[in-house]
Amino acid sequence: MYSYIPHTEQETRAMLDAIGVKSLEDLFSDVKEAGCLLERPLDIEKGRSEEQTLDIIRGLAALNIKGVSFLGAGSYDHVIPSAVKSLSSLPAFSTAYTPYQPEISQGVLEAIFEYQSLICELTGMDVSNASLYDGASAAAEAASLAIADKRKSSRVVLSGTMHPFAIQCVKTWALGTGREVVVLPEKNGVNDYSSLESLLDDSAAAFIAQSPNRYGYLEDFTGVADLVHSRKCLFAISSDPLSLAMQKSQAEWGADIAFGDTQVLGIPMGFGGPYCGYMAVRQDLMRKIPGRIVGQTVDTEGRRAFVLTLQAREQHIKRERATSNICSNEALCSLTNVIYASLLGWEGLKEASSQSYSKAHYLAAGLKELGYCAGAGLAPFWCEFPVVFKSPEKLEEFTEEMKRNGIFSGVKLSRITLDRKDDSTLLVAVTEKRTREQLDRYLAIAKREAR
Amino acid sequence: MMDEFAPDMIIEPLLVEKAVAGRRGYLFPALDVPAAPALDSRYARTGSARLPEASELDTVRHFSRLSTMAYGVDYGFYPLGSCTMKYNPKVNEEAASLDGFASVHPLQDEDTVQGSLALMYRTIEDLSELVGMKWGTLQGCAGAHGEYTGLKTIRTYFLHRNEMNRNKILIPVSAHGTNPASASMNGFEVVQVASDERGLVDIEDLKSKLDETVAGIMLTNPNTLGLFEKDIRKIASLVHEAGGLLYYDGANFNALMGMARPGDMGFDVVHLNLHKTFSTPHGGGGPGSGPVLVKEELVPYLPQPDIVFHKSTGRYAFKWNPKTSCGKVSGFWGNFLVIVRAYTYILCMGSDGLKAASQHAVLNANYMQAALRKVFPVAYDGLCKHEFVLTLEAMKEETGVSALDLAKGLVDMGIHPPTMYFPMIVHEALMFEPTESESKDTLDHACEAMKSLKETAYSDPEALHNAPCTAVITRVDEVRAAKSPVVRY
Ligand SMILES: Cc1ncc(COP(=O)(O)O)c(C=O)c1O
Repeated sequence: MYSYIPHTEQETRAMLDAIGVKSLEDLFSDVKEAGCLLERPLDIEKGRSEEQTLDIIRGLAALNIKGVSFLGAGSYDHVIPSAVKSLSSLPAFSTAYTPYQPEISQGVLEAIFEYQSLICELTGMDVSNASLYDGASAAAEAASLAIADKRKSSRVVLSGTMHPFAIQCVKTWALGTGREVVVLPEKNGVNDYSSLESLLDDSAAAFIAQSPNRYGYLEDFTGVADLVHSRKCLFAISSDPLSLAMQKSQAEWGADIAFGDTQVLGIPMGFGGPYCGYMAVRQDLMRKIPGRIVGQTVDTEGRRAFVLTLQAREQHIKRERATSNICSNEALCSLTNVIYASLLGWEGLKEASSQSYSKAHYLAAGLKELGYCAGAGLAPFWCEFPVVFKSPEKLEEFTEEMKRNGIFSGVKLSRITLDRKDDSTLLVAVTEKRTREQLDRYLAIAKREAR
Repeated sequence: MMDEFAPDMIIEPLLVEKAVAGRRGYLFPALDVPAAPALDSRYARTGSARLPEASELDTVRHFSRLSTMAYGVDYGFYPLGSCTMKYNPKVNEEAASLDGFASVHPLQDEDTVQGSLALMYRTIEDLSELVGMKWGTLQGCAGAHGEYTGLKTIRTYFLHRNEMNRNKILIPVSAHGTNPASASMNGFEVVQVASDERGLVDIEDLKSKLDETVAGIMLTNPNTLGLFEKDIRKIASLVHEAGGLLYYDGANFNALMGMARPGDMGFDVVHLNLHKTFSTPHGGGGPGSGPVLVKEELVPYLPQPDIVFHKSTGRYAFKWNPKTSCGKVSGFWGNFLVIVRAYTYILCMGSDGLKAASQHAVLNANYMQAALRKVFPVAYDGLCKHEFVLTLEAMKEETGVSALDLAKGLVDMGIHPPTMYFPMIVHEALMFEPTESESKDTLDHACEAMKSLKETAYSDPEALHNAPCTAVITRVDEVRAAKSPVVRY
């Protein structure tokens, strides 16, 4: 109950005497004078023992039901090696604040430096920050960076195949500020570039896209960077970092800004958070990137040391002229990422990525064989693909039957687009964690349902 | 590019610097389905990535060693002002590790996540009661993100009222940097409000800046000096009369739980920091969580989806409000596992425990202030709340030893330095926030340390210019880091 407050009665008494007040209440005389004292107890239950608390918490956790997950749409059930959790929960990491004091924070700072390097290596970009909140909010930060980079700009063009929640984040960022968000139309599940040049008018600052996109399809960005740059705009691509072990990196496509969500690199699904946003840019945008950056330097003895740097971009110095308002970020999640990537190495990341790819294709091919409209075959996909049913009812029957068999068979597309017309499309994600046996069971149930 | 360092100039090599080609730290089972045809070369990556090649033990040792070069609340006193570095109870970690929470996908059918939804609903209920608001959202991922979200909610409210002329946010000079930065991210113009000789909002200056272009004022109460804004009701009525709203930065709410509520003071929007007041660990810089709670008239404009409880069925559900909601501010529903920890803390503490926490946080701050007042001047002296600010200006002038030097001296005494050089209105500032977690003897020890460091400043200033000397490194060259940045290997 109060066990986190160490004071004995005698100590409290002695401390009150030292201050020169009679009671704990007297410490709030200013609040009282201001007429602000709460005169009644809070309408919240009284404290509990640790065991009573855990009973309630465990009861709530037990109300959640687990299944074999084929769910994706921004959160994925990948393998997490045991060492990841054990190392990331070391208390010197987890109970530290931001590393403001470099002398006693070298461990945290070096880990962030390794994380930044990891992100640069995966994306091919020059400079990564120390993390943002998540991939969707990072989209708004990318838009913000671009607008700040181009004088008199007010518009960003978003790919219509981006995750709908990321699009919502950017629209929210623009709401009521005079900034404008326009959405590039799609065709057959991927970008239709025919109107891109005209949408990138003089007021435009960026084209922001995502691959794999909201359907799981890979976008073909051939020629896009040149077009975007010819309009004096920045090109930003959001990618699942594990997909980058197989598909072209943002740098290979000629992007200026790379961003996305690192949940796939060792972070539990956790009902949606905490996750971690990454952002990396070309060298010349280094001083415009939002958030913290760790840099290498030396101490007075000439030893290699790490420190928070390039802080002239940040809110505590620049206040209303800062590149972003971000202060606390997702440091422990980025530590998790770097531990995960260290264990796997490049070979392991490629393995996780290509196994996810092969298993997803095995399932899609199996479904197609059963007569399902899976993956549509219009664009290549990586580990996630849409299955289009004849009607919302058919989809419902399918997912319910799967659920009865302990399988979460996919995310109904309308759950993220909030659009009734997507009620008969199921997004199916497959990771390296799914076994042949699980895939075959999925197909066996699908076969029964196809009849 | 990384510079070359002689081996003895490197404390702990980067894991990649010790890579052994072919070494692996984790192995996957062999692929048990046929390999799919290779990705079309148009889409396929050609470059590789340079990552560590290490065994599991190499990795474990590397990160374990790094963790010995870090300092957390679990290691010692951490009076970092404005950050509320209270103890992070272990039971919270157990709760957040429960498979029923950690392994749940955010887009599972709602009937399979009733536990998560119930927990979030009840957290919003309890937080609303604590701050005197109607309802809220948990989507914000940190304090600054809560500010952004709360101000966006205000922006949307005025948009729906056709009051887009309200384009200014008033912010005291003593405010945290995120406040003006959040306002400008929302497209507001920032107008500074002066502090008076008491360190409180200057009412006359405030009056002169209130008109029909003001959307609101952002305050934290107690303010960043640790002082309760005694005129808050007056301020609220002035701002409301001018048609503006009041925003409460909850960074300092650890002073007031169960004692006073921002809603009763006249605030319309509040964000809280679960990673401060509600005991969730700060993780070396995050993740946090910044719930936003608002008065009834602002509820429709909060981010979506809302969480609702259907009494008839006893079920919880998400509810999207596209007509009025400001939209989304993060990918899913917020930093859920952080929220689990905070809710565990609320359950454990209860109304009585939360109130006791704030009372003892204020007790500890005043006790330390009383002892340290004899050593250094308090910037704005008087009854403080959960934190207080010293000014070391005189010592600096007399000895050349700065607040920074003294802070580094604390490191050698096993104490994490307080917040330095904030708020900006105090010269050579050191801001102490002891929190309720600390015992009298810890505080006594810290006060003794401050006293002896002051003596050192006068007897041997050089010693403090060279502090710390017990850490793995000495002071770093920050100019070099920023001038020729090396930010990756
Ligand atoms: C007064 C105040 N406001 C806002 C913030 C920002 O909070 P966060 O770091 O969680 O974004 C802080 C954090 O130190 C603070 O002290």
